[in-house]
Amino acid sequence: MTTLPPPTAKKLGLVIDLDICVGCHACAVACKEWNDGGDFGPLPDADPYGAQPSGVWFNRVHSYAVEQDTPAGTRDLTVHFPRSCLHCETPACVTVCPTGASYKRAEDGIVLVDADKCIGCQLCAWACPYGAREFSMERGTMQKCTLCVDRIYNETLDEADRQPACVMACPTRARHFGDLGDVDSPISKLVAERDGYALMPEYDYKPVNRYLPPRPRRDGCADPTTKAAPTETLDTAQLPGVLRWLDRVLSR
Amino acid sequence: MRPTFSIICFTVLSGIGYGAWFLIGLGLAIGRVFCGPRSAPNATGVSLVLCHPPFWSPGALELAFLLVGIGLLCSLGHLGKPRRAWRALSQWRSSWLSREGVAALATFVPATLLLAAAIVVPMIIAGIPAPSEQFSNWVLLSESALGLLLAAGSLLTVFCTANIYASLKPIRAWHDRHVVPAYLLLALYGGGLLLPIFPMWKGDQPILLTGLIALSLAAAWLKHRYWRSIDAQPAVSAGRATGLDALGRVRSFEQPHTEENYLTHEMGFVLARKHARKLRSVVLVAAFLLPALLAALALGLPATRMPAAWLAFASGVAGLFVERWLFFAEAKHAVMAYYQR
Repeated sequence: MTTLPPPTAKKLGLVIDLDICVGCHACAVACKEWNDGGDFGPLPDADPYGAQPSGVWFNRVHSYAVEQDTPAGTRDLTVHFPRSCLHCETPACVTVCPTGASYKRAEDGIVLVDADKCIGCQLCAWACPYGAREFSMERGTMQKCTLCVDRIYNETLDEADRQPACVMACPTRARHFGDLGDVDSPISKLVAERDGYALMPEYDYKPVNRYLPPRPRRDGCADPTTKAAPTETLDTAQLPGVLRWLDRVLSR
Repeated sequence: MRPTFSIICFTVLSGIGYGAWFLIGLGLAIGRVFCGPRSAPNATGVSLVLCHPPFWSPGALELAFLLVGIGLLCSLGHLGKPRRAWRALSQWRSSWLSREGVAALATFVPATLLLAAAIVVPMIIAGIPAPSEQFSNWVLLSESALGLLLAAGSLLTVFCTANIYASLKPIRAWHDRHVVPAYLLLALYGGGLLLPIFPMWKGDQPILLTGLIALSLAAAWLKHRYWRSIDAQPAVSAGRATGLDALGRVRSFEQPHTEENYLTHEMGFVLARKHARKLRSVVLVAAFLLPALLAALALGLPATRMPAAWLAFASGVAGLFVERWLFFAEAKHAVMAYYQR
């Protein structure tokens, strides 16, 4: 059914920290690797070792320079920007589907494609302003991020591994997975703390995923409160004798 | 957006077919009103109708049938899995594409029945020396009903087609208030181009040709308005797409992939926007102005009617192909903002 389920209480999604993403593409590669062999695979490539390789990836990492004006002149802030499905609450990619292949799960809000029903009309890809869907020329059907639905509920994996492959792979922990419908979940708190935002809310598709903006840089235009060094306390009574003597000598 | 030949063929050919069906259906539906002065036997030899309805001529319904059929088959060419196309009829509650499929199939019912009637009814009439008044009334009533269904189904199908595109918010040139009226008007205009190439009840010719001139001018005006409207639309910026515009001016310094992918291939089509001005002039002249002049010529010099009608049809259809190519190719998808192309 491509009509949307009633609003789900559980909203599984990702939170991506643009402050610490280093643009290494590990998320994209780990995603491709898992999903090629996962329940929604394969993700075949055309001409993989040739002159013009192409194929479906669920993750694309853009790199931007954000030019800022500072008292010392303009400078560029580098922001790496991973782009994938945002598992919207009211996704047009689902409602435009003529076959029922595109659907949003009522239990956790994950947006999926049933490859056995997809006729490959590509209307869903046209309907998505975020470029989340890529058509597989090789399979003749549409493919998209599954939020690793075949990992996160997979009881054959250790509990710690029941997370999307991109989240597991990120070497800087820039990606977080959890329930954004629960205000007390760790990732909802992270979003509240860091003013996480949704992409292009003007389309009214209500993305679930959130992006955490880069923190202000320390020089120039930074917020003065972040510059203040924390005051440290030292309980000298806890120190061994030699260090207590050293502290006393240096404190003179 | 990359213009796909299958979709251009589909929307142009089936649009013309549905436009013709709409006019024929309307003629049948209101044919009884004009029954008196047109009673049989009629000069064109159509004995389907005991009285000759407006815009009816042998062959027109059939050619429109062919165009609609070819168009719909073309649309299957766009699918990755054409053999599953039947599944597209299931989601009419939410999907305009599904609604279009249902409406298109439903419209084949009155069209097929009328086609069958065009063959069967004359045979029946030939067998009866003097058809009873009751029988004549029954034939007229069923033809009117089928005509009404044909006109309504054609209108509905084109309305659904237009809404497939008009409902896509990320493609601003399609999500424009002129798109649905333009699709409807251009389909009607396509029908108006097709009908004059057939022999017709002589009183219908001036009405049809005058109507064609009015439709072509109205369509040209609407397309002009549409182009002005889409030219005024602001493009989506990379800063807006990423939400980083609050921090500064956003510039892409590295693409996410070195080769083309589905998105850049499908949605990163630039050629049409580069040559938009020239192509728009081609559309205005070939699709609208030339057919209007030829129709005026046919009105003034009835002897030139058939060649003028054929030339107008050829020029108009070629122009409509350019118009549709431009409609698809000129449109920009919001996702390209991430690529800054």
